[in-house]
Amino acid sequence: MIAVKTQGLSKEFRTGFTMKKVSALHNLNLEVEEGEIFGYIGPNGAGKTTTLKILTGLIYPTSGNAWILGRDIRDVAIKKDIGFLPEGPYFYDYLTAKEFLYFYGQLFGMRKREIEEKMDELLNLVGLRHVKDIQLRRFSKGMLQRIGIAQALINDPKLLLLDEPMSGLDPIGRAKIKEIILQLKEDGKTILFSSHILSDVEMLCDRVGILTNGKLTDVGSLDSLLIPEVKSIEIVTSHMEENTIEEIKTITEKITLRDEKMLIMVDSEENKERVLRIINRNNGRLISLTPGRKTLEEYLVEKLNRGVAL
Amino acid sequence: MKIRAIMVNTFREAIRDKVLYSLLFFALLMIGGSILLGRLTIGENIKIIKDMGLASISIFGLLIAIFVGIGLVYKEIDKKTIYTVIAKPVHRYQFLLGKYLGLILTLLVEVSIMSAGLLLLVLFYEGYIELSILKAILLIFFELMTITAVAILFSSFSTPILSGLFTLAVYIVGHLSRDLLAFGVESESAMIKYSTAFIYYSLPNLDNFNIKGKIVHQVLVSWEYLSFAMLYGVLYISIILLLSMVIFQRRDFK
Repeated sequence: MIAVKTQGLSKEFRTGFTMKKVSALHNLNLEVEEGEIFGYIGPNGAGKTTTLKILTGLIYPTSGNAWILGRDIRDVAIKKDIGFLPEGPYFYDYLTAKEFLYFYGQLFGMRKREIEEKMDELLNLVGLRHVKDIQLRRFSKGMLQRIGIAQALINDPKLLLLDEPMSGLDPIGRAKIKEIILQLKEDGKTILFSSHILSDVEMLCDRVGILTNGKLTDVGSLDSLLIPEVKSIEIVTSHMEENTIEEIKTITEKITLRDEKMLIMVDSEENKERVLRIINRNNGRLISLTPGRKTLEEYLVEKLNRGVAL
Repeated sequence: MKIRAIMVNTFREAIRDKVLYSLLFFALLMIGGSILLGRLTIGENIKIIKDMGLASISIFGLLIAIFVGIGLVYKEIDKKTIYTVIAKPVHRYQFLLGKYLGLILTLLVEVSIMSAGLLLLVLFYEGYIELSILKAILLIFFELMTITAVAILFSSFSTPILSGLFTLAVYIVGHLSRDLLAFGVESESAMIKYSTAFIYYSLPNLDNFNIKGKIVHQVLVSWEYLSFAMLYGVLYISIILLLSMVIFQRRDFK
């Protein structure tokens, strides 16, 4: 089944004194498969949050339709199967972690015992068991983000919508969130998360959708998006003799020497073969050979630049 | 169930707010202060105590309704806490109703504490408590519930400062609206006639709830009147809350 589907979804906001129309989202057609981690990426203001807010019923689309797990989003009952973490940790800071989760459990009409069992499980998952009786106002940003994820999971949702789950966190906090996301995928959940921290997206996502200026410009697996774009290959060798450098330089200028090792970048399969032959002939040792694909970041910057040119 | 969860959460938020306690402290101080004023009069001691006590409950109740009540919906949107609630299987009207009931619960506790303070004083000075003073407190509570509904209406679409001003304005005009109507009837201009009539019927007539003077001066207030005032309150509150829900249902949480 398709977890999230949108058809021609658009949103216009009226802003300022003149009520000028600003298009935040334009004709979005998105499909997220069940069981995958889908990265929703784009620069600030691209419409990522707008999309998630429409899906959760916080704002209404100007036109278009959307379905979650096959049901129209206008049906409040679909929210039983959704977990949502909004951007930036803003929560009821006068509540303790326990009271906080209890409150959300009640909103699903869960029974006391049911909530308490789930609460223990979730506090363990996000590693906040030891602070369950402390008010949220004393939580760090990372802890708030984690309790936010726990809140999104209280109903054991099939679909998780996470808005910038890793922004503003330190590396340890981010690693923890990534670990949780991967764990959730293993549990069979579908995860749609927005981010502009691209390295995180690269590591986690099965597929990504790229949103710029309210329009979805690309959707696909990272490999299909990034590899055809790139033709650089990275070769690392050692034990090479000095004179071979000159020989390789006739093929490529991109050579870096560090200690014993030599890093060579070539731009085509043909040149790769030529360099490898030279290495073999000179009894050099091949350490690694990496078909360098473009990073998501390079890809996105390129896209955006092209977008500006349009 | 869901409404109750939101109500309890709102109540919890209110009672963990320091503003509430400082208001309560000053209210009790004023009720106690009436003893001093009572000393200045001859033989009217108990009247002053009742008069000031009831006025304190009314005014501090109003302040609580405005200070704690206005922030209510707005804070949820401003701090984005509402995002997580609306993303759950909760209808928007349930959210608003829960918020309203939570505030009413807070007011109920506050008014009870203030009333207990006043009743103790009366008991101490008069030796007994008349039922009539409870009638006055009951109607004060209905007035506060009406004002809170108005506060909810404004804060469902406006900023806290504007909502506060609007609510205060409704409170003041609401106490004068009968005079306004009388003024309109006397007037020869059709414009003034209609506009005063419009204000009279659209704003709450808060004088309906004001029986403080009568109670203090021991004028009998009938149960019929009391029931009428309460019925008026319930009807007015229902209409205002319905209107708030309609507005709230349509808005985007940007």
